[in-house]
Amino acid sequence: MFHIEVISSDDASFECPPEKSLLHGMESQSVKAINVGCRGGGCGFCKIRILEGEFEAKKMSIKFVTKEAQAAGFALSCRVFPRSNMRVMAVGND
Amino acid sequence: MQKGVIGTAHVQIRVLDIDEAVTHYRDRLGLLETDRDSQGRVYLKGWTEADKFSVVLREADEAGMDFMGFKVLNNEVLASLRQDLIDFGCNVEDIPAGELNGCGPRVRFDSPTGHMFEIFAEKEVVGRATGHRNPDAWPMDLKGMKATRFDHCLLYGDDLDGTLKLFTEVLGFWLTEQAMDGDVRIAQFLTTSMKEHEIAFIRAEGKGMFHHASFLLESWDDVLKAADLISMWDISIDIGPTRHGLTHGQTIYFFDPSGNRNETFAGGDWYVPGMPTTTWDAEKLGKAVFYHARELNERFLNVTT
Ligand code: FES
Ligand SMILES: [Fe+2]
Repeated sequence: MFHIEVISSDDASFECPPEKSLLHGMESQSVKAINVGCRGGGCGFCKIRILEGEFEAKKMSIKFVTKEAQAAGFALSCRVFPRSNMRVMAVGND
Repeated sequence: MQKGVIGTAHVQIRVLDIDEAVTHYRDRLGLLETDRDSQGRVYLKGWTEADKFSVVLREADEAGMDFMGFKVLNNEVLASLRQDLIDFGCNVEDIPAGELNGCGPRVRFDSPTGHMFEIFAEKEVVGRATGHRNPDAWPMDLKGMKATRFDHCLLYGDDLDGTLKLFTEVLGFWLTEQAMDGDVRIAQFLTTSMKEHEIAFIRAEGKGMFHHASFLLESWDDVLKAADLISMWDISIDIGPTRHGLTHGQTIYFFDPSGNRNETFAGGDWYVPGMPTTTWDAEKLGKAVFYHARELNERFLNVTT
């Protein structure tokens, strides 16, 4: 279990096991800090910026997070699996 | 006025992982895999469909819809509509026969809402899964939700008026239902057949957005069982089972593993040429979309690929 801190209009935190995506982990604890969309990396609704922490990511739609944005720490939280405690910022699908 | 477009025939969907997508569309939705090509695309169809494919999956770096295809009566219609599309101002591209396995020449064109469409006259006929001679009621080995056919798509984009003109004046679709905010049309449902919609559009800023691809089930009981399977397989759910006001279909929405929305539905209205267009007022939009909850839901409204 890793501790995930979310900076958003409503700061929140939740615990997430390594086999669950951040979004899935958040939803299973009924926390509402990141927007929930398709849960499949396609819609950009759950976009975050990763501030701290280790993770692994599955492929996400470059329409919403370009390769450059990924390099700058942006990600779709439904495709990010924690490998340490993390601190992230919810940025939404602007 | 009918211009020789038979109706919705296929959709090519972009997916992030082809294997996950095949598991979803074949083993869970219950479509039948009919072919694969050298580009790695996977071809599927519903068991009641006779043509070789209605869904093509293509692995890509983003989700969404590549294009939707409509079948026309014959090659003369294809040639004359091709010219009409050019005269209307569409950018038209000729796709040679065989670019999709088993499909004749296609005429691809863009649209004011930014979506790509194509028309074609010929596709290999493989027949219904039950055959066409003394057929049984249904195949006994169907999987998952047992989708009977690919039915329609709902697309989002800005210039609804331009796309309405293209579909009604050039392609001969009828406007079956609409939602109006004063003089502004915020939703339009179009058909060339007795189906209440072969395609629908909702007004939203931006171009080329894909809201859902929809698959017909046999009954409301099957919609409920689809909902059960969504829970059993832990498929990402959007909303339902419920009923729409628009078209009155019984429905459930969920997402494929790449985030493209799917609908499975049953029932709903029929359209007969000459019927008046059904209009929903903006203040009744909640009921128009979700007939029971009577309120809109942010995810359904805003999430597209
Ligand atoms: S919820 Fe759609 S990309 Fe994450
Ligand atoms: Fe639909």
